[in-house]
Amino acid sequence: MTDKSLTDLGIAAIRDGVKAGAFTAREVAEAHVAAVADARALNAFLVETPDRALAAADAADADRAAGTLKPLSGVPLGIKDLFCTEGVETTAASGILKGFTPTYESTITAKLFAAGAGMLGKLNLDQFAMGSSNETSAFGNVISPWRRGDGGNAPMAPGGSSGGSSAAVAARLCPGATGTDTGGSIRQPAAFTGIAGIKPTYGRCSRWGVIAFASSLDQAGPMARDVRDCAIMLEAMAGFDAKDATSLDLPVPHWEANLSGDLKGKRVGVPAEYRVDGMPAEIEALWRRGEEYLRDAGAEIVPVSLPHTAHALPTYYIIAPAEASSNLARYDGVRYGLRDLPDGANLQEMYAATRAAGFGAEVRRRIMIGTYVLSAGFYDAYYTKAQKVRALIARDFERAFGACDVILTPTAPSAAFALGEKMADPLAMYLNDVFTVPSSLAGLPAMSVPAGLDGQGLPLGLQIIGRPFDEQGVLNAGLAIEQRAGFVARPEKWW
Amino acid sequence: MVSVYQLEGATGAWEVVIGLEVHAQVTSEAKLFSGASTKFGAEPNANVSLVDAAMPGMLPVPNRECIRQAVRTGMAIEAEINRWSRFDRKNYFYADLPQGYQISQLYHPLVGEGVVAIEPLERDGPGEAKKVRVERIHVEQDAGKLMHDQHPTRSYVDLNRSGVALMEIVSRPDMRSPAEAGAYIRKLRAILRYVGSCDGNMEEGSMRADVNVSVRRVGTEELGTRTETKNVNSVRFVMAAIEHEARRQIAVIEDGGKVVQETRLFDPDKGVTRSMRSKEDAHDYRYFPDPDLLPLELDEAFIAECRESLPELPDAKRDRYVDALGLTPYAADVLTADVETARWFEALLVDAAAAQNAPQEAVAKAAANWVTSDLFGALNRLGREIGDSPVSPRQGAALLALVADGTLSGSLAKQVFEVMLETGEDPAAIVEARGLKQTSDTGAIEAEIAKIMAANADKVAEYRSGKDKLFGFFVGQTMRAMGGKANPAVVNEVLKKALDG
Repeated sequence: MTDKSLTDLGIAAIRDGVKAGAFTAREVAEAHVAAVADARALNAFLVETPDRALAAADAADADRAAGTLKPLSGVPLGIKDLFCTEGVETTAASGILKGFTPTYESTITAKLFAAGAGMLGKLNLDQFAMGSSNETSAFGNVISPWRRGDGGNAPMAPGGSSGGSSAAVAARLCPGATGTDTGGSIRQPAAFTGIAGIKPTYGRCSRWGVIAFASSLDQAGPMARDVRDCAIMLEAMAGFDAKDATSLDLPVPHWEANLSGDLKGKRVGVPAEYRVDGMPAEIEALWRRGEEYLRDAGAEIVPVSLPHTAHALPTYYIIAPAEASSNLARYDGVRYGLRDLPDGANLQEMYAATRAAGFGAEVRRRIMIGTYVLSAGFYDAYYTKAQKVRALIARDFERAFGACDVILTPTAPSAAFALGEKMADPLAMYLNDVFTVPSSLAGLPAMSVPAGLDGQGLPLGLQIIGRPFDEQGVLNAGLAIEQRAGFVARPEKWW
Repeated sequence: MVSVYQLEGATGAWEVVIGLEVHAQVTSEAKLFSGASTKFGAEPNANVSLVDAAMPGMLPVPNRECIRQAVRTGMAIEAEINRWSRFDRKNYFYADLPQGYQISQLYHPLVGEGVVAIEPLERDGPGEAKKVRVERIHVEQDAGKLMHDQHPTRSYVDLNRSGVALMEIVSRPDMRSPAEAGAYIRKLRAILRYVGSCDGNMEEGSMRADVNVSVRRVGTEELGTRTETKNVNSVRFVMAAIEHEARRQIAVIEDGGKVVQETRLFDPDKGVTRSMRSKEDAHDYRYFPDPDLLPLELDEAFIAECRESLPELPDAKRDRYVDALGLTPYAADVLTADVETARWFEALLVDAAAAQNAPQEAVAKAAANWVTSDLFGALNRLGREIGDSPVSPRQGAALLALVADGTLSGSLAKQVFEVMLETGEDPAAIVEARGLKQTSDTGAIEAEIAKIMAANADKVAEYRSGKDKLFGFFVGQTMRAMGGKANPAVVNEVLKKALDG
């Protein structure tokens, strides 16, 4: 087997191949290390850690010899740079954390490494996970491996905020990567790059050691090339963590073993309110095809109503910035990270200089929005009201799930756009999250699976939303689509 | 007639209205949301976890023991315990606040309405006994400490205290004099120490008060504009701050000015309060529910455990001392004012009852007298707290037993006690070694009396001609001759017989 084909393998194939002795973990790691080094034009990795990947591979090969293989032995992963990694610089793609090297390992990465996975490096992202195109990183845009079929070669957005993760998985630099999703940051980039990604139920994956954006929404999840790989990775990531007070104290189901694309007896809800104005016909057509796939898998398609959908985006853009404005107060130049201390500056002036220099424009914008909505005199009109609407949105889903088992929607209202196309208009950018935000507000499991290409040859994704704790139902419906969509397109290597 | 506190201004009499917010550090091994130690006096930044330093990605997890102590405290002031409460973030920037927010409870505190009964002592007599209402108790994080004296141009930050659990105990504006405020803090401290939820140590900062003061003309109902004097750290300073602040406000109003709602600081050296910041530049704390924490829900088993673990509280104990042990209200007050004293006294009672093979009620009075006069006097002289008394309750009980069985007279007991304080030896050993035993040997006493009468024939004659007061002279002479060891009752009896004979 050649090195090149090793990078084409997914997580299950690598795991099974290492176990069967078809190749060594070392060979797999070396192939991926080389692919990462060869793809710097994508700017997907902020830090490359080939030694870590190789060391984990050698450990996996030794474990195989000793008969002690672990669930992810031999699988090299990319880690979104929002996860704190002991001894490896972690910046959240922000200048304010440049040079910050944690002395601790996030629960999620610790679990992945304990399961035998290796780390190829830290992946680029939107600064503090705030963005939908990976253009807010302090360390440069990630460039999607995909290009439009118009011959124009415009560099495309990989989606965001997990843009480094989506680009790296799509470009075959790693078979899987961690992502985090606050309002769609796993699902939208997955859709933009033709890969799969799942945001589990809020509380499934520990937030300990994950740099916070909006605590009540942030949830980690896997991004990989197919549904099975997502299930495998999620099993290793999920689980109760006493260090996170919002962690779910539930056993981790055997999602991979229970995967089934047979949806007989299942009802799939299609919400009328997701048919938004100006949605491209291609997206509408993709959605109808999705219904066909699921019907073909045995499911019944039922119309459902989520009446407060239109209020989800404004609600999200109150709650998430409010929490962020407080969560990001700790970056003050006192204890770690950037300190900008102009001559003769007092404490307040040091804060102002440090935070102005260290935070990017989008982060500053959200801190200001969040500070505003929490201010005396505005709190009730914005924050309190947003919390009430959030409860109504959750109730919408609860009612809809009385009539269906999962909900099918497009993941994003369009295919990927070119870098720079939407940066001038924050509102247009925020609209990208219109389909992903409601399930985030309700804390529900939701995933994006690749389901087709648009007229430009760019990937499009379908989203499955499930009941709380029903990742299995989401994965199974995703698998049913995957089995029928026959999505085999991949970006042509230009880098 | 109770004494009422009023201040005379140039234009009439004024009444002072006082509310206190007491911050009490919760007694627990670990901080409110992290596992770091809470030990006082450690090297700077020795007790700091990743959570306390607000490192990226760190999360708070509530410490059950801190919640338990706050609930028990609430129960001790007969307060409502809220089965559902929630933590909020209070946002502001300061170098001693690593998170950039303090986790507190604004909207839904853990403990609701309660009461603290006080019996204040005004300058010219007892004031009105009253119940001060407590509006709420909530739990929150303490901040770190800035050190400005370590470097000429820089400040250093010590985060040892950062994240330590505090109870904020907020009273209603029910107090009307510095004495009432002092009585309230003392009583609250006693309750906290009985419950064991706070050591009440104001010098180490584990208890401090924000003092809200306003004034109004006597006879009016409307509350005046209040000021808040922050972080006052002794009962005496609280009383001084109130006195000064009330007089200052009266002077402002009588001069035609208006009291400004503001935060002030108390300067203990000068005994004055000074403006810190006015309402205009008050922080907008942007309180909102902490999204890292779920609401705190208490189940009935937890509540029951908290209730069962409560000790007998000072008021109940005092009543029992009077009703069941027959102590005077004064002695009961003194013995129950502090939990250490009460514990010491009760240990003494148990040992004394055992040593004399008598019920506690039978030995209580003598024990109370000895503790409140002899022991307290000695501790005062030595500058010691009862907790580190050189004499143990068991030794005290042994001494009381020697008095009760006639081995020692009162004055001999005092001598023995002095030796006990010095050497730490048991009283029986001291009596034995130094021959301090009281004697009732009538023969020896009679012999001495005979000698004394012979040597003082003139005084015997005077006594016999009706000058009975001389009896005391003969007692004194006899006791001295006996080296103080003669049983006074026997001396009296024999002497009377001899002189009257």
